[in-house]
Amino acid sequence: MKRQIPLLLTFLTGVAIIISFFIPHKPFNQVQDTLLDWFIIISGFALLLGIYSLLRKHIIHIQKKDAGWGYSLILNSFFVGVFIVGIISAVQFKGMSLTPGSSLYYVYDYMVIPLSATMFSLLAFFIASAAYRAFRARKLNATLLLIAAVVVMLGRVPIVDNAFFKFLGQFSDWFMLIPQMAAKRGILIGIALGSFAMSLRIILGIERTYLQ
Amino acid sequence: MNIWEKLSKIDRRIIYLLLALVVIIPIVFKIPSTVAVSGPARMAFDAVDNLPPGTPIIFSTDFDPASMPELRPMMTAMLRHAFKKRLKVIMMGHWPTGIPLSTLILEEAAKEFEVEYGVDYVNIGYRPGAGAVMIQMGREIRNVFNVDIEGTPLDSLPMMKTIHNYSDIGLVACYEAGAMGDIWVQYAWGRFGVKIVMATTAVVTPECYPYLGAHQIEGLIGGMAGAAAYEKLVEHPDKAMIRMSSQAWAHILIIVFIIIGNIGYFMMRRMEKTKTKGA
Repeated sequence: MKRQIPLLLTFLTGVAIIISFFIPHKPFNQVQDTLLDWFIIISGFALLLGIYSLLRKHIIHIQKKDAGWGYSLILNSFFVGVFIVGIISAVQFKGMSLTPGSSLYYVYDYMVIPLSATMFSLLAFFIASAAYRAFRARKLNATLLLIAAVVVMLGRVPIVDNAFFKFLGQFSDWFMLIPQMAAKRGILIGIALGSFAMSLRIILGIERTYLQ
Repeated sequence: MNIWEKLSKIDRRIIYLLLALVVIIPIVFKIPSTVAVSGPARMAFDAVDNLPPGTPIIFSTDFDPASMPELRPMMTAMLRHAFKKRLKVIMMGHWPTGIPLSTLILEEAAKEFEVEYGVDYVNIGYRPGAGAVMIQMGREIRNVFNVDIEGTPLDSLPMMKTIHNYSDIGLVACYEAGAMGDIWVQYAWGRFGVKIVMATTAVVTPECYPYLGAHQIEGLIGGMAGAAAYEKLVEHPDKAMIRMSSQAWAHILIIVFIIIGNIGYFMMRRMEKTKTKGA
């Protein structure tokens, strides 16, 4: 019974959603609307679950004094700090905690934005170093990849406005729209077929790992 | 270590230092760059430009501060275009940490064009659920966004009185740093046929070409190059044009390093072959 009821619920939900997609009329569309509302509510609660899971993991790290437990301490302290600031801001600004002028907005503006931008900016340095080390014309495949990369990189950034860079730009557009897109489309179709097969397996109760 | 070996094993700190210089110098000295307008960026511009004045356009903020340098100039340029064309802007988002950013960008552009909140633009903020939110919006926007970002009921905003679902929307412009664009295409375009243009970070751009090729989206603004192209098209050069200069020289530097690395690699291989033959 412990397994049968979740399997039955999954089957009924899956079938209801499929039917409502093909017959978007009463009562099927109402069922779908209700399920979508539930989904939105559950998405909100999933955030709470994520927070619980993250904090629990790092509290255990601190208790056991695992390697790098100091980072866990910083994470948890900042979580508590930002949470308190958020609550104070929400009270001050009647629920609109991220209003410019609030303490939470200050944290966002002076901590979240610069830290996120810094983390992302570091990628440029790693990519430059990795490109220098990895792009070696060792074999035919690697050479083709190297040529394509160099041409697309140059085509995207015309240093001078002349016929050569115009040609590179057009070639770059063609490369992105034809060979690149063909490969991406193949990958997307593969993912779609895989998702379809997995969904069917879940609806029919063949795939049960999510119950564990 | 001979010269060729040195060339193929340049210290990464030298690469970092030179890269930092070529990125910083054009920004500090505001060196402008040549900007080529790609076909997909022009298509996105045309999609906005062809909308009649008064048409509602949704801006979906699906990014956070990490992608701000690339996506903010795109959003600013398109907002300028939309306000110039007297389109009705609805700002929303699926990434909660992006909402304060888009609010800031929207208010800056609104101030520039002296447009009125509730009449020319609204900001409805964030709701969790992504795909589910998009489907519900296809039926009735109020099903998920019954109030705006400041808690004002949508029905009390003059502009929203005639806007209920995608059939009232001329275009959705989604600003993507992840996979939310795929969900927009699958649900909003797939089910309701709403027109979409995508503005994406350079990393995400290649993923979106299949949608462009299949005419599921009307245009694609990719990375800093796309942002600079849009600024050029709206005839308002700004941050992207300057940053594009940094990116251009960074690309050239990386290409130079790749060439140097390959020269070193080939010369070393040749020397090894000569040694083997000699032995």
